[in-house]
Amino acid sequence: MEETRTKLAPGVYLTCLPARKFKTSLLSAQFVTPLTEENAAVNALLPAVLRRGTMQYPDMTSLNAQLDNLYGAQVDYTVRKKAESHCVGFVASFIDDAFVPGKETLLEKVASLLGQLICEPVTRNGRFLPEYVESERANLVDTIRGILNDKRDYAELRLLQEMCCGEPYGVSRFGSEQRAEKISAQKLYATYTDLISSTRLELFYCGSAAPERVQDALLNALSTLPRENVRPLTLTEVHTPRGEIKTTTEAMDVTQGKLGMGFSCGSDDFPALLMGNTLFGGSSNSKLFLNVREKLSLCYYASSIYHRQKGLITVSSGIEFENYQRAYDEILTQLKAVQEGKMDDWELEGARSTLLNAYASIGDSQVKLENFYLGQAATGQEETPEELAEQIRRMDDKRIFEAMQSVKLDTVYFLKGKEAAE
Amino acid sequence: MKETFYERIGESALREVLPNGLMVCVVPKPDFANKYAFFATRYGGMDVRFQKDGAWLNTPAGIAHYLEHKMFDTKEGNALQELAKNGAEPNAFTSNAMTGYYFDSTDHFEENLKILLSFVSIPYFTDESVAKEQGIIGQEIRMIEDNPDWQIYNRMMHAMYQNNAGRISVAGSIESIKEITAQTLYDCHKAFYTPSNMILTVVGDVDPVHIVDLARSVLPREGGAVIPRDYGEEPAAVGEKETTTKMEVSCPQFLVGYKCTPAQDGEDFLRRQLLGDFACDLLLGESSPLYLRLYEQGLINGTFGSSFEMLPGMAYLYAGGDSKDAKTVVAEIQKEVDRVIREGLDEAYYQQVRRASFGSMLRDLNSFENIAVSLTEGYFHGYDTLRFPQVFDTIEKEDVTAFLKENLTEEHTVLSQILPRA
Repeated sequence: MEETRTKLAPGVYLTCLPARKFKTSLLSAQFVTPLTEENAAVNALLPAVLRRGTMQYPDMTSLNAQLDNLYGAQVDYTVRKKAESHCVGFVASFIDDAFVPGKETLLEKVASLLGQLICEPVTRNGRFLPEYVESERANLVDTIRGILNDKRDYAELRLLQEMCCGEPYGVSRFGSEQRAEKISAQKLYATYTDLISSTRLELFYCGSAAPERVQDALLNALSTLPRENVRPLTLTEVHTPRGEIKTTTEAMDVTQGKLGMGFSCGSDDFPALLMGNTLFGGSSNSKLFLNVREKLSLCYYASSIYHRQKGLITVSSGIEFENYQRAYDEILTQLKAVQEGKMDDWELEGARSTLLNAYASIGDSQVKLENFYLGQAATGQEETPEELAEQIRRMDDKRIFEAMQSVKLDTVYFLKGKEAAE
Repeated sequence: MKETFYERIGESALREVLPNGLMVCVVPKPDFANKYAFFATRYGGMDVRFQKDGAWLNTPAGIAHYLEHKMFDTKEGNALQELAKNGAEPNAFTSNAMTGYYFDSTDHFEENLKILLSFVSIPYFTDESVAKEQGIIGQEIRMIEDNPDWQIYNRMMHAMYQNNAGRISVAGSIESIKEITAQTLYDCHKAFYTPSNMILTVVGDVDPVHIVDLARSVLPREGGAVIPRDYGEEPAAVGEKETTTKMEVSCPQFLVGYKCTPAQDGEDFLRRQLLGDFACDLLLGESSPLYLRLYEQGLINGTFGSSFEMLPGMAYLYAGGDSKDAKTVVAEIQKEVDRVIREGLDEAYYQQVRRASFGSMLRDLNSFENIAVSLTEGYFHGYDTLRFPQVFDTIEKEDVTAFLKENLTEEHTVLSQILPRA
């Protein structure tokens, strides 16, 4: 069975990914809206508040009891950043009909619950319940502050903030603490009405039910969704490279230093840069892993990520404070090696197989499928994993090196210890 | 091979014990592109004292983990590169009681499996290569030392257990790993990486007969003797009631641990595991009255979670997350335990959570890694994990209250806290 994409209502699309091999089915509803410094926090808060209760299940006790009774169905609220789009909504997972005792079917019931979470939140005097807003706002503030707790995540976010300051990509998916603290119940409700009526809604289903049955269930569940003046998706703007390298250093009471390096990609040859990044630091067979870690023993991890829509590559590593310069130099040396095509055939074939393996495996996981197709929908792309794999298969070496020659160091972030700072 | 069909979960498993004592287990997964192999030894961070040639041997903390890192070295270079050519990225982990090596791949699976089996079974170390690894593992230790989740857990274990070697950090310390030499690694490999102490699990669309033939041709013909291990005599009492430290975190975090009675190997071990997990869901799960009350009072947030763990000679239930008032949370948990013991569990609530727990166990079968790791744990403890629905059926309401009464007492409680540095 092939995937299908259907328009259910203005700005509402359903992607059906039929599969019989899983124990569960997945149903997802995601609002896609531009990521902005101003609205990131309020967008992030919204699904958390909606998840607190509906008119039929007005509190967590009744809502969670209903989920338990649907054989432990899960409905999680999600807040994701896809390029410069902000995706907020719910992902539901429930056991496939084949494993439900008796003749009970869960799809319609879960779809209905999802519809209620979106269209029928519990309100009082035309507002969300203040106690829900307050407690979820406090949780959001804690979450934003908590990014600090994992120093690797923290350093990766700080690098993007420094590199893309003034660009939406530098905004955290949860927004800023200052913005989060100031969200009023009024602003939240206004955001809600705007989101449900005017922003793109992407729906995904993966499981054994026929697409017609899924469509019916969702049309029913979302029958009261107001749709008017739906705004088109905004596209991500490529990072503007810096003339000079920007360096930021922070000191904290930590035992390990974190080095982050951000590069801008002049080329827009996406498959070539993807291959180039895999060779550089995208796998455990990459130049960074084999040299910075295995050969020089400078770190436990050193890896790179290619940010396709934004035209960036970021490197992240954990090192001893005093090894800053050695690690920095070695990372640049390895980039140069990729740019000059200094590598063995096995490295090229290995990188190619790593990517092909990754694309081939997407269909084996409902979570990966949903995440992949959401990324595509949110950025206006239409390739399937197989089409992307084909581009990688056809890629010739020269194209990779040429594309990588456009990669230039842009921003450096270093987190060091307190003593080292003095 | 002997095939067992598990009707209630729609899975089957084929098993065979080779003449050298290796257990081979294959779980067929038609329709999936990915294939997953997991090769594990019953040897982990807690196996530091054991008998070799009739004499007791003490080895440095962190040695099993160090050995795991060094197993990737081969006479020809590094197994990572061998597998890289086929796009497979092998990886490994060491836990308290096992070390497992794994990869997944869509293509060249049997070829990759052959490489995996040979690099794990043929050690190749030099003093130089062993010394070089100290830099890498040293950075891994530094990384986890800066991780509050690890700190709070490690401190809880040290407070709860006085002697059992399961309290030792799997990675060891910067000091302890300095004592590791090529010779100690060879000794440990010889003792524990013998087919009779290992299991190979393959999940995916493979030919089971080929897998068995491959294991037979690559691995040694003979297995080794059973290795007596000494984990230390552990009293029932906890070591310390409380432990607190300060770190660079955004808000206070806590873990409360309850030292429980350990179980014997066999199906009782599985039953106790399911009972402990079920007790967590009923007492502390997201639809429990206690969770909902504490969440609404702002005493816990979405980071709160609970778990029940079992290791040789150890069993403990623990729960925690962010909280501004951990002591009140601990007191509230104790009050709720006392109430449940006094009043019993509400029948409707009990049935609701029972359904949900079954659904969540079934969901875990979506992951090949989960299947392989839990089959391995089951094999090491003498039970068949895929029989969980039948064993879960034997658990009754009174078993849960009896479990709580025996284990969740004030005297078995340990509180570990991390406070933000002012």
